Amino acid sequence: MTSAIRADGVTVQYGDVRALEDVSLGVEFGSVTGLIGMNGSGKSTLFKTIMGLTRPVQGTVSINGRTPTQARKEGLLGYVPQSEDVDWTFPVSVRDVVMMGRYAYQGFTRKPTSADRQVVEQALERVGLQTFGSRQIGQLSGGQKKRTFVARGLAQGANVLLLDEPFAGVDKSSESTIVQLLRELADEGHCVLISTHDLHALPQLADEAILLLQSILFQGPVADALRPENLSLAFGLDIRRAEESE
Amino acid sequence: MNLYSLVIEPLHYEFMIRALTTTVLAAIVCALLSCWLILVGWSLMGDAVSHAVLPGVVIAYIAGIPFAAGALVFGFIAVAAIGILRGTSRIKEDAAIGIVFTTLFALGLVLISTTPSHTDLNHIIFGNILGVSTSDLQQVALLAVIAFAVLIAKRRDLTLYAFDPTHAYAIGLSPRALGALLLALLALTTVVALQVVGVILVVAMLIIPGATAHLLTDRFNRMLLIAPIMSALSSVLGIYLSYWLDASSGGLVVLVQGVVFTVVYLFSPSHGLIAKTRQHRRTNDQWKQHSAEAQVP
Ligand SMILES: Nc1ncnc2c1ncn2[C@@H]1O[C@H](COP(=O)(O)OP(=O)(O)OP(=O)(O)O)[C@@H](O)[C@H]1O
Ligand SMILES: [Mg+2]
Repeated sequence: MTSAIRADGVTVQYGDVRALEDVSLGVEFGSVTGLIGMNGSGKSTLFKTIMGLTRPVQGTVSINGRTPTQARKEGLLGYVPQSEDVDWTFPVSVRDVVMMGRYAYQGFTRKPTSADRQVVEQALERVGLQTFGSRQIGQLSGGQKKRTFVARGLAQGANVLLLDEPFAGVDKSSESTIVQLLRELADEGHCVLISTHDLHALPQLADEAILLLQSILFQGPVADALRPENLSLAFGLDIRRAEESE
Repeated sequence: MNLYSLVIEPLHYEFMIRALTTTVLAAIVCALLSCWLILVGWSLMGDAVSHAVLPGVVIAYIAGIPFAAGALVFGFIAVAAIGILRGTSRIKEDAAIGIVFTTLFALGLVLISTTPSHTDLNHIIFGNILGVSTSDLQQVALLAVIAFAVLIAKRRDLTLYAFDPTHAYAIGLSPRALGALLLALLALTTVVALQVVGVILVVAMLIIPGATAHLLTDRFNRMLLIAPIMSALSSVLGIYLSYWLDASSGGLVVLVQGVVFTVVYLFSPSHGLIAKTRQHRRTNDQWKQHSAEAQVP
């Protein structure tokens, strides 16, 4: 079976800063994978590299066996941005945002067909936002905002979903709604890759975890990833000390 | 003085008809474009590009080619120079913009001063709406129609670009191409508006209408209606005021837009200052009431 995401020896450089060093990983369809690392460890950079926004100086990335360019053309990649990267006062409704998932299938002026509208309504229903379609996106809770972008990925027909810090600023109950949704999507065969700081939600959420600090420190089952010796590698020694003093 | 002599009589003059037609065309296209500019955060860029096209327009005038061609070339030169300066030195973007556009604008001023019979060119700086000729009007109309058609046809792509360029990229569209399209439209529209208010004030027509509409609605499609209508009406009022008061037409067109913006900023039912303060107070009161109730044992 082809991996959903495959990276081989990827090195990314921003000027003098080496953001990723010899990163190799494989993420499969039908699974949720948590990408764990401290601030500046390279999580967002890895996402950008998977999408082809940042070119590695060494190594290759493939999505379902395709180059990132090909994967974008086929609409395989759905992206849920970090909250800080979104203008929440922007005058678009939830439905408008989800419709943006359909643009690649539409003609010169992106005029939606009735089929497009149907797909959008289904996506809204799938994430439980069917009654929120005409809300301006700023008038949603943190969790509903995230689900809007997941719905956009679904309307797009993406089967690889990348979520950058989806739990930042989201309360516990919305978090568990999102976790449940992502689990269901994975069970239906999607590949879900999530960067997160939230280690507590990880066991319910993810099948596998990747610990990142410029290079891959660990990839494997969540329970093993959360062992103190692994976490202390990823976050420096602070966690172990903190736990010992507790 | 009655309504007839105030409103209808000026229309007996052909120059007033031409002035009003040109103004309405320019106001509509500028207002449409401004809806995207303020959302992308390109207000400063709009200011820069609208000033930086000056040498292009002057060279086009000297060479006898359409103003729009010169404006487009210099619009792109300005943006490229800003990008290069920011990318290859420690100069921050706002400084890069400031350096590039003032230098190009200065080049334009020097070119004007060394061009014989430069009275026409001075009009480019301050606008000369009451002196618009039929051929000026034709050129403005052609450019306005082109810009209008492209903006409307590509409105969904431009909105996506403004809202989430990363998603545009992820689905195989080119944010770079969309950015370049928006830039080209900006340069074209600048040429349209030059005639009315001049290079210095163009940026007002490229920012104020969109900002005003943004304070009135949460729907982008409604912004695309509100902005051009308000802008056209205020500009027409500005032209009349300039006729009645015998004062700067470009100045009055922009002044009226600024006044309308101020009124909306204060009184908009949804996002105005007063509505917001009231809302804030209401939530505060509710909050106090809640905590008061909570304290009852
Ligand atoms: N555009 C850039 N130019 C230069 N350096 C960058 C750029 N973007 C990121 N970096 C650097 O690359 C490294 C990885 O950054 P990245 O944004 O990928 O981290 P992250 O894991 O997403 O962090 P966070 O948890 O704060 O979001 C950091 O050292 C950062 O300073
Ligand atoms: Mg990040």
